[in-house]
Amino acid sequence: MKLVYFAWVRERIGRTDEEVAVPDGIGTVAELVRWLRGRGEEYEYAFENEGIVRAAIDHVHVKPEARIAGAREIAFFPPMTGG
Amino acid sequence: MAHTIRIQAEPFDAAAETAALTDGRADIGAVVAFTGLCRDEDGRLAALELEHYAGMAEAEIGRIAAQAQTRWNLLGLTIIHRFGKIVPGEGIVLVLTASASRQAAFEAASFLMDYLKTHAPFWKREHLKDGLVGAWVEAKEADDRAAERWR
Repeated sequence: MKLVYFAWVRERIGRTDEEVAVPDGIGTVAELVRWLRGRGEEYEYAFENEGIVRAAIDHVHVKPEARIAGAREIAFFPPMTGG
Repeated sequence: MAHTIRIQAEPFDAAAETAALTDGRADIGAVVAFTGLCRDEDGRLAALELEHYAGMAEAEIGRIAAQAQTRWNLLGLTIIHRFGKIVPGEGIVLVLTASASRQAAFEAASFLMDYLKTHAPFWKREHLKDGLVGAWVEAKEADDRAAERWR
């Protein structure tokens, strides 16, 4: 599964994207975030404030409870500030 | 209904885009044009840099445009959103809505901007006059509330 990061989430994690093998039992975006936070302090830092970082699955906004099965690309980013 | 959605680094010409939208049309009675400009924050800013999620930006703006077309009887729609470095005075975003009479065009343009600000995957970062790269612009709760009122 491909993960992509934007803005300060990208800076905190220190990469734009990565391929990860998500273990069985990780069913939702929230569970994926919890798993990522255990991978190192850069992830802990990026996701330190629960509920701030937003997610999208295959280019569509999703909530933390969204299922990740079948996702090709999951993105994490701060609240948007375009327009 | 034909619509134009572009994500680009280059500046846009609001007058030329309006002409392109209305050229040869006798059914359009109202066009609302909204241009969002980069401001210098009291002389503090040298530029804004906009990062975007290529692929999702086009998809999400397309979904927002489709919602507007469902809610209002629009005869034309143009959305241009820039990315990259933008200096004060330059346009960041252009929304054009065309309809038979003003109400639909005004409301749809307002809805589109509220949704672009809170849903389109773009992030602004400040570049300061003294050459330093400044902070990421923080999302405003007022923008979330503005988008909420359309629900």
